[in-house]
Amino acid sequence: MNLPVIIPLLIFLLIIILIGLYAARFVKSTNTFLHEYFIGSRSLGGFILAMTMVATYGSGSSFLGGPGAAYSIGLAWVLLSMSQLVTGYFTLSILGKKFAIMSRKINAITLIDFLKERYRSKWVVILSAFSIVIFLFSAMAAQWVGGARLIESITGLSYTTAILIFSITLLLYVIFGGFRAVVITDAIQGVIMFVGTLVILIATIVAGGGISNIMAELVSENPNLITPYGADGSLTPLYISSFWILVGVGVVGLPQVAVRAMSYRDSKSLHKALIIGTVTVGIIMLGMHLTGVFGRAVLPGIEEADKVIPLLAMDVLPNWIAGILLAAPLAAIMSTVDSLLLVVSSSIVKDIYINYVKPDADEKRIRVLSGAVTTTVGVLVLFMAIDPPDLLIWLNLFAFGGLEAAFIWPIIMGLYWKKGNAYGALASIIIGVSSYILLYSVYTNPFGMHAVVIPVILSFLCYVSVSLLTQKVNAVEQKAIIQKLWSV
Amino acid sequence: MKDRYTDFKEDPRFKIANREALIGCGVAVINFIWWFGFAYGLGSKPVDTYTYIFGLPAWFFYSCIVGTVVIIGVVILMVKKGFKDIPLNHEGGDDL
Repeated sequence: MNLPVIIPLLIFLLIIILIGLYAARFVKSTNTFLHEYFIGSRSLGGFILAMTMVATYGSGSSFLGGPGAAYSIGLAWVLLSMSQLVTGYFTLSILGKKFAIMSRKINAITLIDFLKERYRSKWVVILSAFSIVIFLFSAMAAQWVGGARLIESITGLSYTTAILIFSITLLLYVIFGGFRAVVITDAIQGVIMFVGTLVILIATIVAGGGISNIMAELVSENPNLITPYGADGSLTPLYISSFWILVGVGVVGLPQVAVRAMSYRDSKSLHKALIIGTVTVGIIMLGMHLTGVFGRAVLPGIEEADKVIPLLAMDVLPNWIAGILLAAPLAAIMSTVDSLLLVVSSSIVKDIYINYVKPDADEKRIRVLSGAVTTTVGVLVLFMAIDPPDLLIWLNLFAFGGLEAAFIWPIIMGLYWKKGNAYGALASIIIGVSSYILLYSVYTNPFGMHAVVIPVILSFLCYVSVSLLTQKVNAVEQKAIIQKLWSV
Repeated sequence: MKDRYTDFKEDPRFKIANREALIGCGVAVINFIWWFGFAYGLGSKPVDTYTYIFGLPAWFFYSCIVGTVVIIGVVILMVKKGFKDIPLNHEGGDDL
């Protein structure tokens, strides 16, 4: 057991729980429970909005898998990771004010609330809720495993103990504090990630004897490490560029990201968040992946590349600073999982139960149910994460790409194209998800691009052509929808 | 453009929102061109002909380091010059 490393971690977890209890006071005293619990009463300021966007989006992979790949592949992977800079401003400027204004008009608190009013189709709602629950549940379980493994490797505790510590902390603040607890902890976790990135980057440069020295060492090992083509020269410009869809602009389609774009207080918060978010995501992605590459000169021959950041931290930093720093990947994982948990639980409570099972449920019942559903989902994920079934691992592979292919066009075109209708949206969701799963399973990288690119194009074509072909069907209802959303 | 849906008065704020979304797309295009252009424009040469800036290969320095700084600058400019403060609630009133 390594006490100087463990103590800062425990303090971090304790602070997170306290924030949850603080936020729980808002949940207790509110008289519009769903608004508070699932969207924090639309009160996010610019700083919190930026941080929760970055932290929700930047998961464990930004600190573990990503730098690990950079360690093995070299500067080409840093180049690839910089396609994520666009998420700092793109999501918020595309969904932007239109999404915020429309969701206020119809009082939406989930992404599906918006889709429900925009398309007025039971099937769009059910299919969307189903994809969200399935995909995000598996994504969450995978992150959960990552969080526990990280605690396990840092502290030397057993995997089961680690997963219990992780779960109890997370569930405590999410169940009682809801969205507000999630975003405030996200903000703190985001700051830890930001500062942690700078500290480890600088410490690694110093330990490697300066950048020139590090580069010289990489070149003498394998010159390809410093080219944009990767260690074995196999990464094509097309392949790397295709990540602009998966981890860049496509992020607009992720429900956990979209819901944040309807939760901010006013347009000033949005403006501030655009700037802070771009700076934060830029520094974290650049710094972490660059550290992974530099780490190769400091600690050569790491077999499990995913561990490069934890190993570097313990090697190049004094123990107690390493402890604080190792909270960063844990923070990244927690801040992603907490948001996913809340999105899944809101889909079950708001999108399925209140919409179709019991529309007249009273406030008290909804309170109890929301807590119960969040707890049940959390405990279920916990058990799955102790020994993840194969199906879950398989589904997780498709989670983000699948959700992007499903939702990107129903959201964007729904906001900006009045002719888009329910049939177009349905076709787009079905074709997007199924073609993605098919292409990814069969070809992995069709035409040398990431498998998400073609489904995103296909679902666009389906959305537009089917909407145009079915224009005459339900024209009256379509007009009513447009009038409701677009009129003053 | 007149279409058959606009026989009601459209929310005037959407004009601003649409314009801002287009600006966002524009910045993303600039971002991509900068990123791609420097990376493969300078990085496709043989490694022994690389030039270095602050220890980093020039392609990487311009594409990823300068690129990030430039895009942050462009985003600040976009927000300060291009984005307007508008109320988000109905008629700007009744805050939740």
